[in-house]
Amino acid sequence: MSATTSNRRIHSKLFYRLQHYSVELACLALGGVLVIWSLLPIYNMWMIALNRHDDIFDGSLWPEQPTLQAFRVVITEDFWYLARFWHQFGNSFYVGVAVSFLTLFIGSLASFTVGRMHLKNGWMLTNAALMTYVIPASFLAIPMYRIMQIYGLANHLVSVVAALTTFATPYAIFIFSQYGKSIPMELDESARIDGANPWQIYFRIYLPLMAPALVAVGTYALLLAWNEYLYNFLLLSTPESMTVAVALAQFLNSDESPWNYMMATAIIYAIPPIAIYYGSRRYMAAGLTMGGVKG
Amino acid sequence: MSSTTQEALSAGGPFSATRIRRRKSWFSGLQGSEHGWAVAFALPYAAVFLFFVVYPIGYGLWMGSDPALYQELFADPRYLTTVVNTLLYVGIGVNVKMFLAFMLSGFFIRKRWWSKVVLVLFILPWATPALPAFMSIHWFLNGQWGMLNNLLYTLFGIDGPVYLNDQWTGLASNVCAYIWKTLPFWTLILLAGRMAVPQELYEAAAVDGAGGLRKFTHVTLPLMANLYFVCTLLDMVFALGDFNSTFFVSGGGPAMQTEVLATLGIRYAFTIALPRLGVAAVMSALPLLIPLVILLMRKLRMSEGQL
Repeated sequence: MSATTSNRRIHSKLFYRLQHYSVELACLALGGVLVIWSLLPIYNMWMIALNRHDDIFDGSLWPEQPTLQAFRVVITEDFWYLARFWHQFGNSFYVGVAVSFLTLFIGSLASFTVGRMHLKNGWMLTNAALMTYVIPASFLAIPMYRIMQIYGLANHLVSVVAALTTFATPYAIFIFSQYGKSIPMELDESARIDGANPWQIYFRIYLPLMAPALVAVGTYALLLAWNEYLYNFLLLSTPESMTVAVALAQFLNSDESPWNYMMATAIIYAIPPIAIYYGSRRYMAAGLTMGGVKG
Repeated sequence: MSSTTQEALSAGGPFSATRIRRRKSWFSGLQGSEHGWAVAFALPYAAVFLFFVVYPIGYGLWMGSDPALYQELFADPRYLTTVVNTLLYVGIGVNVKMFLAFMLSGFFIRKRWWSKVVLVLFILPWATPALPAFMSIHWFLNGQWGMLNNLLYTLFGIDGPVYLNDQWTGLASNVCAYIWKTLPFWTLILLAGRMAVPQELYEAAAVDGAGGLRKFTHVTLPLMANLYFVCTLLDMVFALGDFNSTFFVSGGGPAMQTEVLATLGIRYAFTIALPRLGVAAVMSALPLLIPLVILLMRKLRMSEGQL
């Protein structure tokens, strides 16, 4: 009697252990599939960039004679598509930083006035932002192109900065209003009693306490601007005014482009946002949970 | 009682009560100069909204207001193909992805020593800018020299098809590229949503004798349903406006058979130089976009501007 129960217990223990291991194995397999799925196109990029131009077409799965020559060409601007590469890199950087700062400035002011000063009809501002957030940017591209010509900003970096700030600010306003709720109103009130005017409250109390949200949104806006293609392409057309994204897409204009140079450019262009993203992942994750989730 | 008489008394006077009340509600809580500050703080965004949202929208509506444009549009067979493509792209791309993201969020919430490493690598597609990623995928799928067909040949001896030379495999490539790029983002959002579910609920369910499946259907699903719905709606809007994946993976080809509305509008406007037709093409998405936007705005406002 007791022998059979202990036997059964051993059996079920074995069964559970087996089940546990097979589940773990399945999870490990899934993890492997996910890694391959995520990395294959990235690996493809590196492989083409490290190949010599003729070797791209020989059907091997890794570079036979890996060379950094393509990267050298890009860095020394040794190819006519890339003649102004570092200048364009600077343009991209300028646009990114400008969009980031403008978004932070405009967004934090708007959220301050709606959330902390109880501006009557402030909901109109929030609704306007909400509406902008849900309009696809590509749908506004054609009229925006015309508008920029009317404003006389065509082919000028300012036009891209203005357009991208427009699309980045709504998200900033949400995140800031959300995060601002965690800052006690009493701080504002006591500052007001001490004689601070609204600007001082905004600058000395609101902004410093909002630092984590500012970092998250600033990074978001920077990456949005750096990664944007469509508006850069439509609004900027000379090598002087182009950003890297437009210069990169130029390689697609001809069928005989040196693809290894293209991929080397693509990698150099992709490294800063990836580095920034992984560097500020903690803040970004905080930003996501701030904005993304509430049951 | 006394207040009503007061109101009645002063109704005709120069400082009528209604006028005072209106002014009071307009200023509510703000004193004189504070109100000026508040308006000044709101001004930058109001200006941006006016000059770069309201004006372009108005301009676009004006550009696409001629009914003859729509006759021309509907007579174009490429347009009809594009509408079908757009519906498939949004319908399949978004729903498959959200389902995968939901399942994967369940995978990543179980902490293992290696799942953190997988998560870090899994996020790479999202951290990579769209343009290089899609260019790489375009080459990856090249029928002759692409890595995918090389892999298939080396591993299984299969000669893969020329993916981007056919409407359906081309469209599927675009959808897959879109899923590849955005899956990590939505997985993270849903993962954060799952982590926000209080652990006590699962413990309570376990005490009541619920197994894994019943915990899932009775705790996880009901609590995540709203977030899942909002994410799906939001991503439908994003997918509808997605330009990059179609433009760089299949390039709309072969023979403009894989275009979606976002790329067709640009193509009409800047390749064929018919900007009004381009606006009309984009505006024909409004019957789909407006209900989505209204639903979304209501949902987002209810959760006080989340996401």
